[in-house]
Amino acid sequence: MAKKKESASETESKSSAPRANPEPAATKKAAAKPAERVTAVEMGARQREISVSEFFTKNRHLLGFDNPRKALLTCVKEAVDNALDACEEAGILPDVTVRLEVVPNGEPVAPSQATRFRVTVTDNGPGIVRQQIPRIFAKLLYGSKFHRLRMSRGQQGIGISAAGMYGQLTTGKPVKIISRIGPKAAAHFFEVQIDTKKNEPLVHENKQIDWEQPRGTRVTLEVEGKYQKGRASVDEWLEQTSIANPHVELIYQTPEGETKEYPRTYHELPPQPREIKPHPYGIEFGMLLKMLQDTKSHQLSGFLAADFCRVSPQMADEICKAAKVSPDAKPRDLKGPVAETLYKTLQETKIMAPPTNCISPIGEKAILSGLYKQIKGEFYTAVSRPPAVYRGNPFIIEAGLAYGNRPQDQNKPQQPAMPKAEGEYEEEDSELARVIRYANRVPLLYQQSACSTFKAVLSTTWKNYGLTQSRGALPGGPMVIFVHMASVWVPFTSESKEAIADYDEIQKEITLALRECGRRLGLFIRRRERAASEYRRRNIFELYIEEVVDACNRLKGGKLPKEKLKEQLQKIASSRTGGAKTDETLGKTGAGPEGLPHSIIVTAEGVEGETALATQVEADQATMAPTAEPDSLGDTPSVDEPVSKEKTAGESREKKSPKGAKAKPSQIALFEAPDRQDRRDRPNKPTRVSKPRGKK
Amino acid sequence: MATKQKQATAVEKKLIGLADIVVQSAERSKDPTFQIPIRALSNVSFNERKGLIEMGSKKQERSFFNVGMAKKFMQTVLVADALSELQRADLTTSLREIYYRTKHTIKDSHENTFDTQDESDPVIEDLEVSLAALREELHVRAENSGSIVGPVVFGDDGDRVDCSKLGKGGYSVPSIVEPEYLEIRRCTADFVLLVEKGTQWNRLSEDKFWRRYNCILLTGNGQPPRGVRRLARRLHEEHRLPVYVLVDNDPWGYYIYSVIKQGSINLAFESQRMAIPKAKFMGLSSADPEQYELPRNVGIKLNEKDIARAKELMNYQWFQKPAWQAEIKRMLTSGLKYELDALANKDFQYLTKKYLPKKLQERDWLD
Repeated sequence: MAKKKESASETESKSSAPRANPEPAATKKAAAKPAERVTAVEMGARQREISVSEFFTKNRHLLGFDNPRKALLTCVKEAVDNALDACEEAGILPDVTVRLEVVPNGEPVAPSQATRFRVTVTDNGPGIVRQQIPRIFAKLLYGSKFHRLRMSRGQQGIGISAAGMYGQLTTGKPVKIISRIGPKAAAHFFEVQIDTKKNEPLVHENKQIDWEQPRGTRVTLEVEGKYQKGRASVDEWLEQTSIANPHVELIYQTPEGETKEYPRTYHELPPQPREIKPHPYGIEFGMLLKMLQDTKSHQLSGFLAADFCRVSPQMADEICKAAKVSPDAKPRDLKGPVAETLYKTLQETKIMAPPTNCISPIGEKAILSGLYKQIKGEFYTAVSRPPAVYRGNPFIIEAGLAYGNRPQDQNKPQQPAMPKAEGEYEEEDSELARVIRYANRVPLLYQQSACSTFKAVLSTTWKNYGLTQSRGALPGGPMVIFVHMASVWVPFTSESKEAIADYDEIQKEITLALRECGRRLGLFIRRRERAASEYRRRNIFELYIEEVVDACNRLKGGKLPKEKLKEQLQKIASSRTGGAKTDETLGKTGAGPEGLPHSIIVTAEGVEGETALATQVEADQATMAPTAEPDSLGDTPSVDEPVSKEKTAGESREKKSPKGAKAKPSQIALFEAPDRQDRRDRPNKPTRVSKPRGKK
Repeated sequence: MATKQKQATAVEKKLIGLADIVVQSAERSKDPTFQIPIRALSNVSFNERKGLIEMGSKKQERSFFNVGMAKKFMQTVLVADALSELQRADLTTSLREIYYRTKHTIKDSHENTFDTQDESDPVIEDLEVSLAALREELHVRAENSGSIVGPVVFGDDGDRVDCSKLGKGGYSVPSIVEPEYLEIRRCTADFVLLVEKGTQWNRLSEDKFWRRYNCILLTGNGQPPRGVRRLARRLHEEHRLPVYVLVDNDPWGYYIYSVIKQGSINLAFESQRMAIPKAKFMGLSSADPEQYELPRNVGIKLNEKDIARAKELMNYQWFQKPAWQAEIKRMLTSGLKYELDALANKDFQYLTKKYLPKKLQERDWLD
């Protein structure tokens, strides 16, 4: 694991990169404001560089170490993120074990009371070369991920060393690392600490050891923390991680001694994300100036074509012409107003969006399989949006939904058929939906309300999709909403990576993805409801027929041919209700999960939809959805037609024309017309009595 | 007793007729449908010649295979069944008992046939109207909530009830007062005084007002129940007694008077048997406070509801007589209503000793 900067595998890309410069912290600060006279010389004597480590020691909340509970989670998170990044980059299906142990501080204590924990995270990744281990774990802002535009969980190269530093600060214990790069290589054991003044690693222990694993990394941190279950806990984070990463085999040993296993349900590695050059729209003026200075190109046109993506030599010449600079000018000489004109021209020129194959979305199938595995529901759907761009950074939004209660659970509370007394009514469920948020496959647990994803969920009109929603609140109902943003650079609102910043482009994409999920859910709910109400209708008549026949019989002094009357009435009833139609609406006659793409529907009879993903075991019997859309990135359809890739289930009524707000009425119209027609066409069609599969 | 038997079968036949509708419709694959006259202002008219509110001919259909009506339909059949059971057993019962009798959970479901009595009561009224059978004929009684005292002798279940010998409590008017159930054996009174409030009836009864003025005192404790109205009507019809009504001076008092006189909107179909078109409004009139020098401080300010109701009354066809328009307008102008009890401000026995004698002497009443 602990591959914060996968330095082992890559060497050349670092050569051109500037030395890790602690940008955020290293700004020189003037010392205290002089109340009494102090000379400039005296002041100068006090002015010195601040080590980034020192800065973060004082500002640990910026990195997610605000309180013991969150700190414990952050440590686990950083270690697991690094493990997964390393495995995926090396092309290894990750097996990760997380172990939390109470470190008794004197008397043994219950996990919930303990204040000190040992966090051990073991992976089967590529391992880390010996020389890099100390710096990866004990130097802030050291890593491989910051300088490339490539999608990964980690970004800055702060996380794991910050976790180590936090441990050092609270327990005084060093970080222990075991790493092995292959069965033939030796396993190395390290104990490292960070020199907070110099931001350099201090190696306490370094030896070769025997390790049972042929390859991988194990990192052990001892930190002050608090273990608590529930919202925003380590348990929740790992569970959510497993939803968005169904390709990971995750084992979690809780402080209570329990072992939770999250098995791998998706046996393919996500496609390798690729590194890209910055896009002209994504840079700021200062950045351009810096790039002009740092470039290896000798000519401006060459610089533009080589250092940016989507700028061809031809286009570079055009840009130069438009900016009225010579294409042969030396990039280094471009300064002041000329550079500014160049920058403006770059922004104004029409340039193709950045390539998007650098992003590896989770994919609809994997999301479905993750949701299905971890969340009990009745309906699942997932949407991967086509790639989009904010500030020159490509990104992909994915959304998913798990809705409802499993049929077996639905039946439970209804079992005791107690006659209701006067004034007794069924209790209404007032549960609100839950939002689970991800950035580059990492669950975000804190600052939900500051997050762009959450805002998009709130601003979506869920009422259109058959759910309840109070003003400015989450929709109601048993539902989990999944939102994932994958990008080469996820714009977090803070270094602790808790919430995604609110860019319009991002918000728009999330909203579109949610709407598509909502539309599918709406179709599902509406069809269920219609079928259920149709069923209820028939059911009502059937129940009442019994009553009416009995009463009539009594009125007639018991001389009525009851069965005959009942039959006659039932015949009328079924000709007046949907008849066979109901079965159809319930999806019994059609194939697939009711024509909804990338969805799973769980019914009392079994699972429909992309079940092969959900349970590999059931793959054989499962009816595959009529979708099988390859999740490749290149050929995704155009942005504004989110449902265009939906395949119809062979029935015209399944077609929808979802265009924003107009979608709803047109759908209703489409649904009602054939209904009526059907009734006219076959008024006396004998019916098969079906049980409603929706909620009652 | 012979008539009783015959009537009961008539009603029972009508009830069985409902079952026949179901059977016949089923045979012809038709949706079983009952025709039920509408009980609302929109379906009543005031017959000026008869002085009665009469029900119009508008009907609503209640069909079985209509989701909105299915339950009501089923309930109607259930109630019909229960009513016919009463007929066969020759029992009478209350609305509430019918509710309990017909309430059960429908097989294999969580649904009750009736959830509250509010669902069964209208169904019974629907049946009364559509079968043109009186509630009494259906053997359904309301609570006894009326009292009578005065020179009249009834035969009730073979017992002789002399209402002049029942102290100040009087005889409790049964809910069903049809001749088969209650016989008026002798009546020597000169008129009937129907009092809205039990308190004022007690006052008059205690003061033996009925003895001095040879009248029958009747009260229904508020809006008089059917039994009281029907009894007043029988005394009026069978013994030619004029009926005077004494109510509070407020819109609700006026309406009570109008129900006694012309019948109610809801039970318009029973007006012919209940209404007393010749009944007179004795008081409290909006002119009385001035006439009898009631101080303004015993009045009560009309609230919004009172005012709205008063205006509504003014629009009813049966309140169009100029005297009545003036009466209601006067109340609205004063902005005050007066309770009968307010007369006690002058004297505890003011009603018995001054007010009523003066009214009767001056024949000061409204028609």
